[in-house]
Amino acid sequence: MHQFLQQIFSGLAAGSIYASLALALVMIYRATDLVNFAQGEMAMFSTYIAWTLVNAGLPFWLAFLITLAASFLGGMIIERVVIRPVENAPVLAAVVVTIGLLLIFNSVAGWIYSYTVQDFPSPFPDRPVFGALMTTRDLGVIGVTLLMLVLLFAFFRYTPIGLAMRAAAQNPASARLCGIRVGRMLAIGWGLAAMIGATAGVMVAPVLFLDPNMMGGVLIYAFAGALLGGITSPIGAVVGGLIVGVTENLVGTYLIASQLKLTVAFALIILVLVFRPNGLFGTAIVRRV
Amino acid sequence: MAPILELRSLRAFYGQSEVVHGIDVAVEEGGMTVLLGANGAGKTTTLRALCGMVRREGQILFAGKELHRRSTEEIASLGVGHVPEGRGTFVGLTVEENLRLGGYTKQRQLPEAVERMYGYFPILAQRRRQQAGALSGGEQQMLAIARALMMAPRLLVLDEPSFGLAPRVVESIFAIVERIRREEHVSVLLVEQNASLALELADHAYLIETGYVVASGSAKGLANDPQIRRSYLGY
Repeated sequence: MHQFLQQIFSGLAAGSIYASLALALVMIYRATDLVNFAQGEMAMFSTYIAWTLVNAGLPFWLAFLITLAASFLGGMIIERVVIRPVENAPVLAAVVVTIGLLLIFNSVAGWIYSYTVQDFPSPFPDRPVFGALMTTRDLGVIGVTLLMLVLLFAFFRYTPIGLAMRAAAQNPASARLCGIRVGRMLAIGWGLAAMIGATAGVMVAPVLFLDPNMMGGVLIYAFAGALLGGITSPIGAVVGGLIVGVTENLVGTYLIASQLKLTVAFALIILVLVFRPNGLFGTAIVRRV
Repeated sequence: MAPILELRSLRAFYGQSEVVHGIDVAVEEGGMTVLLGANGAGKTTTLRALCGMVRREGQILFAGKELHRRSTEEIASLGVGHVPEGRGTFVGLTVEENLRLGGYTKQRQLPEAVERMYGYFPILAQRRRQQAGALSGGEQQMLAIARALMMAPRLLVLDEPSFGLAPRVVESIFAIVERIRREEHVSVLLVEQNASLALELADHAYLIETGYVVASGSAKGLANDPQIRRSYLGY
């Protein structure tokens, strides 16, 4: 029983990271109808920025904050420069662009930082707490991601810009008629998504170790989480990500070799697509033709 | 009185095809102008061209400013409140959020403006926390008009506010529009299928057919024109 609870809690820690990245995917999907395959690699690149800053001697949290700001800016620039030109292109073209971004980020990171696996410092000490049910590190990861998610929801719920971003995602034509600059809202959305991804990357790096391929698996879990929650639902992304984290951990511990854990994510993706394509919280999209 | 809006030889396009072929329309300051015409005549396109939602050529003069080169969001913040065809409601957001979005460019006056709209449309106050998509058609039309008024526009553009609504609802909506026009000193450009009602309320009218203005003048004059009575008023 004790081991079972332990596995659930460490699953929640991993799940909170999947949840963050899943949320980033859902945000972009809602705003632009586009699955951003580069979300994981963008997060990986942000993590390298944090790593560089920490190695340069900056305190961890200062490096973290600078990384968030840089990622926000970087996300906005990517939207402006790479995504906007394919805004009205067929969705497949835009998807190919994001896959291209994935490859570019991966190669550029390998070129600058090499493919050598690097240690990444954890800001949290690694001590067991709550009768060894979880570690302070897990607790820290869950705490930071939850704080970010709460801040994000508050931003969307209570600020004029957050409201305008929701409006722009839902009905761009009407948003323009309200005087909302939809293009700018999309750019901010990409910036925020990059920032969320950066948090996920920095939080997961001490566990997975840093290398240019670090986020590949995480992105698959995040996809599974986003689909499970319903690709259109932010709450769903968070819940889905947490469920995926716990499931993956339990299945890896009790049912199959942990090397095969990634299979769980793929199996989940297929199950969701076959039996409940709208996910747990998503809504069916009806299009008139 | 000087016109608040003047369209001069305005042409509008969908892709390559020209849909509106150089029309001239004016709206008097504080007045109400109606565009009449059959389906597909180019009325909605004219409104969309005015707000930069389709490609257009020609002059668009609004309150002394040229709108031709400006974007939709800029035109909105200059004071053109557009209630589009199909109402353009944010159906997934609450009634109050819809109103707050209408006042996006006027954040400071937001709370008072919301209360003022609830004064004009008490039903919206009762529904303020509900999703806009759950409202009835008439309530959604009221919400759309209130949303456009939230930006304190000098010109209110209404695209078929009566569409799909029961006659009694239509009458009450037009009564409120008439009241708002007086109290908020806002000019109105209206597209309407219900010609008899529109000609009763408007001061100027234009009849549009296949992208051309084929008749124009005072609303009373057009209402008494025998040909227009036969084709559009049905008596």
